[in-house]
Amino acid sequence: MKLSVNGVEHELDVEPEMPLLWALRDALGITGPKYGCGIAQCGACTVHVNGLAVRSCVLRVGDVQGPVTTIEGLGQADALHAVQAAWIEHQVAQCGYCQSGQIMAAAAFLAIQPEPTDEQIDRAMSANLCRCGTYTRIREVVHTAAAKLREA
Amino acid sequence: MGRLAKITRRTFLVGAAALVGGFAVGYVAYKRDPKNPLLDDLADGASTLNPFLLIDAQGITVITPRADVGQGAWSVLAALIAEELDLAWGQFKVDPGPPSAAYYNGKVAAEGFPIAATSDSFFARNGRAFGDVVGKLLGLQVTGGSSTVADAFDRLRVAGATARRMLLIAAAKQTGEPIDSLSTRDGQVLTADGRAFSYVALAPAAARLAPPHEVALKPASQWRLLGKPMQRIDMVAKCTGTAAYGIDLRLPGMLHATVRTNPFLGGGIRGFDAAEARSMRGVVAVLPVKGGFGVIADNTWRAFEAAARVKADWGPPAHAFATDALFAEAAASFVAERRDSRFKDEGDVDAALAAAGASAIEAEYRVPCLAHAPLEPMNAVAQWQDGRLDIWTGTQIPRFVLAAAAELSGLDEHQIHLHQQISGGSFGRRLEDDYVRQAIELALAHPGPPIKMTWTREEDMRHDFPRPFAVARMRGVVADGRVQAFDLGIASASVTASQMGRIGQSVPGPDTAIVAGAWDQPFAIPNYRVTGYRVPDALPVSSWRSVGASGNGFLHECALDELIHAAGADPLAERLRLCTHEPSRRLLQAVGEMSDWGTPLPAGRGRGLAYTLSFGVPVAEVVEVTATAAGIRVDAVHVAVEVGKVIDPVNFEAQVQGGVLWGLGHAMFAELTHAGGRVEQSNFHDYTSLRLYQTPRIEVRTFETTGEVRGIGEPPVPPVAPALANAIFAATGQRIRELPLVKQIGFV
Repeated sequence: MKLSVNGVEHELDVEPEMPLLWALRDALGITGPKYGCGIAQCGACTVHVNGLAVRSCVLRVGDVQGPVTTIEGLGQADALHAVQAAWIEHQVAQCGYCQSGQIMAAAAFLAIQPEPTDEQIDRAMSANLCRCGTYTRIREVVHTAAAKLREA
Repeated sequence: MGRLAKITRRTFLVGAAALVGGFAVGYVAYKRDPKNPLLDDLADGASTLNPFLLIDAQGITVITPRADVGQGAWSVLAALIAEELDLAWGQFKVDPGPPSAAYYNGKVAAEGFPIAATSDSFFARNGRAFGDVVGKLLGLQVTGGSSTVADAFDRLRVAGATARRMLLIAAAKQTGEPIDSLSTRDGQVLTADGRAFSYVALAPAAARLAPPHEVALKPASQWRLLGKPMQRIDMVAKCTGTAAYGIDLRLPGMLHATVRTNPFLGGGIRGFDAAEARSMRGVVAVLPVKGGFGVIADNTWRAFEAAARVKADWGPPAHAFATDALFAEAAASFVAERRDSRFKDEGDVDAALAAAGASAIEAEYRVPCLAHAPLEPMNAVAQWQDGRLDIWTGTQIPRFVLAAAAELSGLDEHQIHLHQQISGGSFGRRLEDDYVRQAIELALAHPGPPIKMTWTREEDMRHDFPRPFAVARMRGVVADGRVQAFDLGIASASVTASQMGRIGQSVPGPDTAIVAGAWDQPFAIPNYRVTGYRVPDALPVSSWRSVGASGNGFLHECALDELIHAAGADPLAERLRLCTHEPSRRLLQAVGEMSDWGTPLPAGRGRGLAYTLSFGVPVAEVVEVTATAAGIRVDAVHVAVEVGKVIDPVNFEAQVQGGVLWGLGHAMFAELTHAGGRVEQSNFHDYTSLRLYQTPRIEVRTFETTGEVRGIGEPPVPPVAPALANAIFAATGQRIRELPLVKQIGFV
C-alpha cells in the first residue's frame, strides 16, 4: 500500500490492520510518534492526517486516507514550526516522551482556533497525558504559540 | 555479583553496626580514587583528563553519568563542568559514559541513615560524611534520592577546574608564557596578546600531566552559567521528535520483541502453546523467559499480536495478594513484634495519653499502592554476538544491571557493554532491572541480531513494583489551644528490604523509608512519638518518587492538621509556634503570604496547609479549592521551598511544578489494587492521571539561604496530598483519611 508521510511517498508491505503508529515506527523508522498506551488514552502517538490530529495507535494503516504529518514533518531544528519554537522558548519538556503528541495536538488545535481562551486550551489539550506534570507550562505555551502563529 | 555483592551484604544501608564494620575494612580503599574508565578503549588521538572529560579531534565530550529520566540530569551535570572549564553552552557533546565505580554517588546512601536533616549533632555530621564513604567504597552509581545535584555540585566543578588547570599548564609550557598571564574562554586558552589555543589541540599534552591536588573554584559571583536560566541540552530534540529514547533505538538487523509474564505475581509458567503465534506473519521465535515467554518478531506490533495468541499455562500466584487483606495485615501490624523503628520519642506520650483519657483523639489513615507508569513502557535492547553482550537501556542502576548481565550470561563484566539511554520518565521504576534481564534472556537464547524488547502498557501496569500501601494510627492530646501530644504509628512494607532482597541482599536494622517524612519533622511538640511497623511478607514494592515520604507526608500532616483543628488553633499559627527550624519557619510564613492565609473566603472555598521535610529539603504548600456543583476544583497551589542553591531556575521551577502535579494527581485519583494475586488495573483508563483541565495555578517561591545544595525532584511531592485534603476539610468540613480522595469526594 502507499502511504504519504511528511511529504514523502512510501510503498509499504504491511497488514492493513496494523496501527499507523507501528507502521511509522517499525516499518518506516519514524519514531517521533510514541507508544504510550495503545488504546487512545494518552495521546503520545498523535499525528496529523489531512491536517487533523489523530491517535495513530488505534488508526489502522489501511484506513489512512490522505497525507500523514508527524512531529518530524511539522518542523525541524533549523526550520521550527511556531508551536515548536514556543515550546523551546518555554522549556516545556521534561522527559519529553509525551511532547511529540502534545505539540501535534496543539498545532492542529491552533490551526482551527487561532485565539484560544484558557478554557478552550484545557478542553483541546486534556486528552494528552503528561506524567511529568508539564501542564502548567503547556497552558502558557499554547498562548505563546498562538501569538507566534498570528504574527507569522 | 562478585565483590559488589559481598561488600553490599555487609554494609549497604541503614544498619549502623554493619556500617562500622565496613568502615574499618574499607578506609584505605576509600582514600584511593577509582580508576578513570575512559582510559579503557581510549581511541587513538583521544585524551581524557579525568573520568568526566573526553577530548578528541571531533571536540569535547562531557560525561554525565546519571540517568536522565526527564529531570534534566545531563544538562545540569554538564553545566557544573562547563562552568569551571569555561566552555560555551552547546560547544560540547554529553555522554553518560560506561558503568563505573568512578561515577559513584556519595549522597544516596546517607538517605537510608536515621539522621534528621535538621540535626547538626556529631552523629549526624559524621553519619552524612559516612554516606560518601559507603558510596565510594561500593562504587554505587545510582540515580535516585534527589541526590544528583547534591552529589555532583562540588565533584564536577572540581573536575572542570582541575581539567582547566591542566590545560593552562599545557598551554604555558607550549607558549612559554607565564601561567598567570593566561585565561580561558569558550574552550580555548588565551594569551595576553590575544593568541588562542583550543582545548582540543592542548588536550594530548594536558592529559600527560599529573592532576593538581588543589584547585580554586569560581566564587558564585563569577558564574556565567550556574544560577542563570538555561536551555536544556535535550529541549530542541524533544520538541522536534528527534530525541532517541531507548524505545526508539534502531540498529542494523534489529528484531522486535515483547515479553509476557504471569499476571498472577510470582506464579511462573508451567508451559505454553505457541503453535498459532509461530505461524503468524513476522514471528521469528517464541521462547521461554523467567516467569513467562517472549515473542521475537520483525515488528513490535506483530510481536504484541502474536503474544496475545500464545496459550500460556500460568502457575498459581506465589501469594494471593488482595488489597483488602493487605490493609488488614497492615492494620494488624501495630504490635511489638512488628515494631521496626522509633526514631522520634520526645516527652512522655503514654503519660499524656493516659492523663487525657477519653478526651484523647484517635484516627486511622491509609494510603494505597501506586504504580510508576512512566509514559515510555519498560524496554531494553540486547545483542549477544561473538562473545560480547551489548545492552542499550535507560537504567538508574547501571552497575547492578552489569552484574545481573554477568550473572545471566556467565560473561566477565568487561565483555558486557551497557549503553545508557534517555528515558521517557521513570519516577523510580528504572531502579529495577527486571525488564533488562528479560531482554538479555532473549538475546542469549537468540544470538546474533540486536533484539529490542518492549512491554505493552498492560504488561508495564501489571508488573510494576509499586509504592507500598500504608496504614497509620494517630493518637493525640490537645489542651489550651495547643497540640500537647502527637503519637503516630505507621505500618507499611519495607521498600528497602524488598528492593535489596531482589538483588539477593538482606538488610539489617530498621528501614527509615517506613517513617521518612514523618519521624524527622522539626516540630517541638511536648510529647511526640513516631513508630514504624513492618508488615511482613507483603507484596514486592519499590521506590516511587519521594519513596516513604510520598505517603507519610499525607499521614503526618493530615493527622497534625486534625489535632490543630481539635485544639481550636490556626494551622499556620500553630505550625509556626511548633516549628524549630528557622528556614522552615520562613517557608511557612511565605506560603501564608502567598495564599493570603487568614483572610476570609466565600462559603465553599478553603485553604489547606502542609509541610514536609524530605531528602533534606523542607517544602511548605498551601492548596486552594472550591467546592462546586460538579465537584472539588483545585484552584491554586502555593509552594515555598528552601534548597540552598538553584543551578537552573527554569528547570528548577519545572521540577517543582512537576512534583506538585505528580503528588496531586495521584492523591486525587490513583490506586493500584490487587485481587487473587494479580494487579487489577491495566492501562490509563483505569489507572487515572491528572489532566490539563484539572491542573491548578502553581506559584513557587524559592529560598537559597542555607547554602546547602540539595535536589528537587522529590521533595515537592509529599506535602501536596495533605495540603489538598486539609483544604477540602476547610472548604467542606469533610475530613478524608484515605487516598485516593476520589473514593470519598468528587472532583471537577
